[in-house]
Amino acid sequence: MSIGHTLLGLLESGPRHGYDLKRAFDEKFGHDRPLHYGQVYSTMSRLLRNGLVEVDGIESGGGPERKRYAITDAGVTDVERWLASPEKPAEYLQSTLYTKVVLALLTHRDAADILDTQRAEHLRSMRILTDRKRRGDLADQLICDHALFHLEADLRWLELTAARLDRLRAEVAR
Amino acid sequence: MTPPPGSLLAAEDLRKAYGPTLALDGAAFSIHPGEIVAVMGPSGSGKSTLLHCLAGIVPPDSGSITYAGRELATMSDVERSALRRGDFGFVFQFGQLVPELTCVENVALPLRLNGTSRKEAERAALGWLERLEVDDLGGKRPGEVSGGQGQRVAVARALVTGPRVLFADEPTGALDSLNGERVMELLTEAARSTDAAVVLVTHEARVAAYSDREIVVRDGRSRDMERAV
Ligand SMILES: Nc1ncnc2c1ncn2[C@@H]1O[C@H](COP(=O)(O)OP(=O)(O)O)[C@@H](O)[C@H]1O
Ligand SMILES: [Mg+2]
Repeated sequence: MSIGHTLLGLLESGPRHGYDLKRAFDEKFGHDRPLHYGQVYSTMSRLLRNGLVEVDGIESGGGPERKRYAITDAGVTDVERWLASPEKPAEYLQSTLYTKVVLALLTHRDAADILDTQRAEHLRSMRILTDRKRRGDLADQLICDHALFHLEADLRWLELTAARLDRLRAEVAR
Repeated sequence: MTPPPGSLLAAEDLRKAYGPTLALDGAAFSIHPGEIVAVMGPSGSGKSTLLHCLAGIVPPDSGSITYAGRELATMSDVERSALRRGDFGFVFQFGQLVPELTCVENVALPLRLNGTSRKEAERAALGWLERLEVDDLGGKRPGEVSGGQGQRVAVARALVTGPRVLFADEPTGALDSLNGERVMELLTEAARSTDAAVVLVTHEARVAAYSDREIVVRDGRSRDMERAV
């Protein structure tokens, strides 16, 4: 995720201090991984350098967290461009699991076992996410669903591969 | 055989053939009181057959099934059907509600069959419809409610007798993902609150994720993932 664009987007509704930006980010997007203050300041100084934000005021007491930032017109344009450009789908073609399955077949190990063990591990994650979703608010539900659908896709691949192991074994042996 | 200690329902080495088809080929299963166990596996692997055997609906060709310490095979037909009416509850994919009866009457039906008065049965039924958030549909007939609503009524009907084991075979199989999810949430919440064990047959991982653990069935053979790792 682009932290710069996200912080910039948070500034669109009005100027904020560094600590306030961090809080807003953590609350909305930082469920698992809250930002470090250091990340906020290095990001803000980069945005400042690039003219995407400007300093709108400094509270007495000093320290970088006392700066109040405001988004510039160039900043708004930048957020707009980021939102409008689609994300590249993740690269799935270098699957570790596929490699493990083929290696197992090549070395006459139990490939079905690998698939079963992986399925159990995936389901464990899915249980945790399902539980979190059940207790959570709408934001939690959407975040967990995103992860759940990806894990589900993996599981469907595991299932399909398990059903094709005999064919794959024959091909690998050639 | 000796069932795993503390288990409520357990099966060992089940075999069941339909003509030349070996639907179960040495499957095993066990569940503790209040536990939710998913039975996963591809279509045709023997999941439903396993459920039917465990519930005493279909007798296996060989192998043993114990419920609360008793072999199902040694029970009389009368005893087994009493078990299915009292200790067990059932939710299937569809087609389980009586179309001529209202939703309240459908949910009250198992209690009526057990001899409960109409008034009392319908009061209990309404309570269960409320827990599944469909009490407003009480007066409607199954044909007048949506698939998701119908499944919630079916869950209410399965739980109204306070079963110790709820058998659910693809309970969300005919629903879209949002409705399926809600049914699973309500089903598992209701089961947990009454301490009913759930045998949850599903080929969907998202549904299985509501369970405490899973067993995987493939070609009639089962694999208990917890004991395997
Ligand atoms: N009543 C039946 N008569 C004949 N074959 C059956 C019957 N029930 C199940 N089978 C066969 O047994 C196998 C397992 O079926 P089933 O238990 O329904 O699998 P699943 O529920 O996993 O899809 C399949 O090959 C199916 O065609
Ligand atoms: Mg089935």
